[in-house]
Amino acid sequence: MLLFLLRRSLFMVGMLFALLIITFVISHVAPGDPAALAAGPDASAEMIETIRKEHGLDKPLPQQFLIYVGGVLQGDFGNSIHTGREVVDDLVRFFPATFELVLASILFAILLGVPLGVLSAVKQNTWIDHVTRVFSVSGVGVPMFWLGLMLQLFFALQLGWFPLGGQLDMMTDPPAPITHLYTVDSILRGQFDVTLEALRHLVLPALSLCFPALASIIRVNRAEMLETLNQDYITNARAQGISPLRIVGLYALKNAMLPTLAMIGLRFGWMLGGTVLVETVFDWPGVGLYAVQTAVSSDFEPIMAVTVLLGFCFMVANFVIDIVYGWLDPRVRGTT
Amino acid sequence: MTDAAAETVTPAREPTWRERNQSSIRQARLYVRTFARNGSAMLGLGIVTLFLLTAALGPWIVPFPEDAAGSVHLDIKLQPPDAVHWFGTDEVGNDVFTRVIVGTRVSLQIGLIITGIAMLIGVPLGMIAGFVGGWTGEAIMRFTDVFLAVPGLILAIAIVGALGPGILNAMLALSLVWWPGYVRLVQAKTLSLKNSIYVDAARSMGAGKMRIVFVHILPNCASPIVVKASMDMGMAILGAASLGFLGLGAQPPYPEWGAMISVGRNYLPDWWWYSFFPGLFIFLTVLGFNLMGDGLRDILDPRHRE
Repeated sequence: MLLFLLRRSLFMVGMLFALLIITFVISHVAPGDPAALAAGPDASAEMIETIRKEHGLDKPLPQQFLIYVGGVLQGDFGNSIHTGREVVDDLVRFFPATFELVLASILFAILLGVPLGVLSAVKQNTWIDHVTRVFSVSGVGVPMFWLGLMLQLFFALQLGWFPLGGQLDMMTDPPAPITHLYTVDSILRGQFDVTLEALRHLVLPALSLCFPALASIIRVNRAEMLETLNQDYITNARAQGISPLRIVGLYALKNAMLPTLAMIGLRFGWMLGGTVLVETVFDWPGVGLYAVQTAVSSDFEPIMAVTVLLGFCFMVANFVIDIVYGWLDPRVRGTT
Repeated sequence: MTDAAAETVTPAREPTWRERNQSSIRQARLYVRTFARNGSAMLGLGIVTLFLLTAALGPWIVPFPEDAAGSVHLDIKLQPPDAVHWFGTDEVGNDVFTRVIVGTRVSLQIGLIITGIAMLIGVPLGMIAGFVGGWTGEAIMRFTDVFLAVPGLILAIAIVGALGPGILNAMLALSLVWWPGYVRLVQAKTLSLKNSIYVDAARSMGAGKMRIVFVHILPNCASPIVVKASMDMGMAILGAASLGFLGLGAQPPYPEWGAMISVGRNYLPDWWWYSFFPGLFIFLTVLGFNLMGDGLRDILDPRHRE
């Protein structure tokens, strides 16, 4: 297991390095002058030249790459024209909101997806199964941003159940930071009214973000449950008179969870990418919204930083899932 | 004597086309029957057919063709759906129905270009990685892994950020993040075919590498590629619409669905039809291609049959 861990960690470091090569190539080799991009659209020729010198863009490419990697390792991602701050400060400021949103979405996807998948499999070919299947087939095709807008329209504007956007009401002060996650911090500080408010703000964005993943999870979980429930050991357990609840919940679900887990890992990337859309719809102050706002104004260094950050998150998530997988299924450890 | 004997032997009748292709015909019939029995696949096929017809005929069947290019009739702006304007009108009085229908052709082009470029990059790379293997193959696969390790939409935004917003750059960016899936798919398939008995047989008969790749391996990779391409069509359209929505893809008043929603969003909630209908069309299109792809996979890849 230790060797497995070590191998996966080394692999991840290699991947991260390669990711830096990609962002470097996009920003330095792609057509367009990075100095002009970094200086912004209204910069004079002299300003561009100054920035070129300042950022070492007049040096040969390999040397520039070393400077870039060195900077990133020290947490230097350059500056944002859009916010007028260092990119790394912006990331620190905006990332917790994205993290909270993605975390809530994953919880939603698992807590709704797994039971619905199981229910659909257990009640195969009943109306519950049919409704769930239609939902899971069509869910993958729903554009997240459009779904977000429609949820806003119905649940926020029409019914008034949830707020339209943002992380908290305008008038509410965020809880004093511990983890920087509003829901967690407000609980730790004992401000339960803020917790409730933060949760109400979280529901619609998290639902939009998890929707495609939720659909895939239901689908995979249903298929796996159906297959597992037909296996001999389940029949054997039934014959022994073990209660159906115990069979489904304990014996079958545990085995059906492996592919479901793999699917969650796969869809995690969709969620990270989707934050860009959902945060734009709900004015959620995370790195996704930050990336879009800076990309629209051709503010260059922040987008690259967000790409590296979210790419890194995806790699870490896959790493964690690999480990959990290896822990649940010993056969995997030998092969990867 | 010999002449007479030769005359009595009736020359073997040339087999008809039907007879020569008997097994393929039977195979095709099986495919059609399997597909036709699959309700959701037929629904997908129906949606996709409707989508293609709309894309082909769109500009001729819409009620207000001039609205597609962005004309201005401020006197009828933001009208709710009625008998004349089925999907209502937008902020400059353009018929939303017309623009959504014309947008079908835009989306079809987007889907074809992105999937096409992704295949052109991914399939050869996958072939090389699988067939040549060794150091080259390993390098290609690791390179592919890196691209797969970054959320595609984020990488596309980064590329568009470098190139500047616009529909062409958005398509280019999405193509550049779309190919890795094909490399994985084709490499795995090539690898398994490379050591199959019939390829060994071809090799032992002196077939060259090129012949083996193009005549023996590529045709057998075709079905998984077709399945993936069919599903990718929908997802590529969704990707381009996402970029359009963010203001990084097609720019208004270009009749692209994502860009329409991006403008229509400012007119919620009172003028809901402006962003509702383009989104509905994105949803139906993606759904159609997904269902059809699923159905194709069921017939082309028997392991997936239920």
